[in-house]
Amino acid sequence: MAALIDRLQAALRRDTGPVLFLLVLAAAAVLVPLLYFLVPEGSALHLSGYTVTLVAKYMSYAILAMAVDLIWGYCGILSLGHGAFFALGGYAMGMYLMRAIGSRGVYGDPVLPDFMVFLNWKELPWFWYGFDHLWFALLMVLAVPGLLALVFGYFAFRSRVSGVYLSIITQALTYALMLAFFRNDMGFGGNNGFTDFKDIAGFSLQAPATRVVLFLCTAFALAGSYLLCRFVVSSRAGRVIQAVRDAENRARFLGYRVEYYKLWVFVLSALLAAVAGALYVPQIGIINPSEFSPANSIEIVIWVAIGGRGTLYGAAAGAVFVNYAKTFFTAALPSFWLYALGTLFIVVTLFLPRGIVGALSAMAARGGLRRRVAS
Amino acid sequence: MIAPLYKPASAGPLGGTQGMVLYLEAITVRFDGFKALDALTLYIEIGELRCIIGPNGAGKTTMMDVITGKTRPDSGTAWFGQSIDLLACTEPQIAQAGIGRKFQKPTIFEQHSVFENLELAMAGNKSVWRSLFGGITPAQREKIEASLETIRLADRRFDRAGALSHGQKQWLEIGMLLMQEPQLLLIDEPVAGMTPQETERTAELLVSLAGRHSVVVVEHDMDFVRSIARRVTVLHEGRVLSEGSIDAVQADPKVIEVYLGQ
Repeated sequence: MAALIDRLQAALRRDTGPVLFLLVLAAAAVLVPLLYFLVPEGSALHLSGYTVTLVAKYMSYAILAMAVDLIWGYCGILSLGHGAFFALGGYAMGMYLMRAIGSRGVYGDPVLPDFMVFLNWKELPWFWYGFDHLWFALLMVLAVPGLLALVFGYFAFRSRVSGVYLSIITQALTYALMLAFFRNDMGFGGNNGFTDFKDIAGFSLQAPATRVVLFLCTAFALAGSYLLCRFVVSSRAGRVIQAVRDAENRARFLGYRVEYYKLWVFVLSALLAAVAGALYVPQIGIINPSEFSPANSIEIVIWVAIGGRGTLYGAAAGAVFVNYAKTFFTAALPSFWLYALGTLFIVVTLFLPRGIVGALSAMAARGGLRRRVAS
Repeated sequence: MIAPLYKPASAGPLGGTQGMVLYLEAITVRFDGFKALDALTLYIEIGELRCIIGPNGAGKTTMMDVITGKTRPDSGTAWFGQSIDLLACTEPQIAQAGIGRKFQKPTIFEQHSVFENLELAMAGNKSVWRSLFGGITPAQREKIEASLETIRLADRRFDRAGALSHGQKQWLEIGMLLMQEPQLLLIDEPVAGMTPQETERTAELLVSLAGRHSVVVVEHDMDFVRSIARRVTVLHEGRVLSEGSIDAVQADPKVIEVYLGQ
């Protein structure tokens, strides 16, 4: 009996992370809308609409970080181009939001978005067809980045490109997309991108209720992504991708088609990043080619490293922590932010190789050991 | 999957013979003009335990690379049994067809438990879909337990494989090969870095495997080779220098010359 209780406690100690993560997320999903709606404005506990959206932004970054953790932390593929999938998901959503503006744009054209009128275009390019429907846009949010990841990953993994070479070509991928999206004649608004969105599915984006619904959608998507990733990494397929990370040749000579496993994780990860992007754009209200910038993709990797890779919730925590620090620093000491980020990254890499979450759980394990020795 | 290709009857002096698991004929591999294998011809019988010895650079590892699909030869033929053309298969196909390979440096999944290592190695459908939704059947669990007994790691089953001793890692890798249910086992330097007791137990293990499987062992340790091998092949400069019982091979003047120098 005592042994059983000990086992249970040990299991709880091992697994507090996931439970804690889901509890915090649930608490945020309940408390944030309550504090926004029910607490009167003058109160210290009141949350502004800006804060609600800020939390939602952190959550969408957390989904993105989890996507990177899945491919990097578990499969060992350091993608420095995941910002591209995030941005493509965002652009697909942005195209819908642009068409939803209708004739309320500055030029009042019922079909053409403002930037096309400005460029003197007479009709809608073919690839903008269908984006007047939300369902079509949502489909494209998944289809376009998913297909890109499939084609890119197929060629990269089939040719056994790996390690730093793969990282470099993922950087090249996102850089090439950035240059392409900067061009006006691509038909995606050039360097201004999309903005001035009015409503989504008929509801005004400025309305408090819409804000909260989008916030809740993001919270659910984060919880769903976490559960999905968790299912994947605890299945045998999850053990195979970790095996590929640790000893790729051994996995291959055991009969696993390593390329297919890598490809599949890469596509899944790209889809999660795309969902994050699609949630981000309507709430932030703008998408432009700078989202494709290589530095953005590197920053995601830093979130994951700081939070602790190979834990999923660590990546999410890292994304929230770093972005909160960014919000704080860029307001208080704007010129210091990059130094702070750099220092944080170096300190974590040198002293906390498993990130903040890894260090905390090591501390908890030591504490547990001490208690057991003491008793 | 693997097409049922049939071996032409004319191929090789032993063409048509049953009882062979591996046919390598006139295999040549060049690396930048250097011949790692020079028209190597080698046959392995079903159930045989064969030792391959030879000085560094004799082509032992390259030969294993050819058999497992890692290296493609410039010329020659390689057949697994009567029907599988190894040169037309990828590494996972060859593994699935029944050839297991143990690397020189123990290569296991260090972050996984001993049990999980064996589970991952288990023969069966290894597609993404099946591993995503499949579980372990009781029969499979029993098989893993049996392997744990064979490699004497039953009491370490939940431990991280990275925490095992060097010798235990070597055994775990052999256990992983057995889970693949291979017809042919290729084992590269199994006793490197083992204590004498571990070496002795490894010898017992390998001898007990022969018969049910064909086993090819590459090894430098002559005492170990003597303790297990009935038949020894000496490789030198990419070709077979001598073949026969360990005593015959050690008495062969060509072998003495290569090993002791001119």
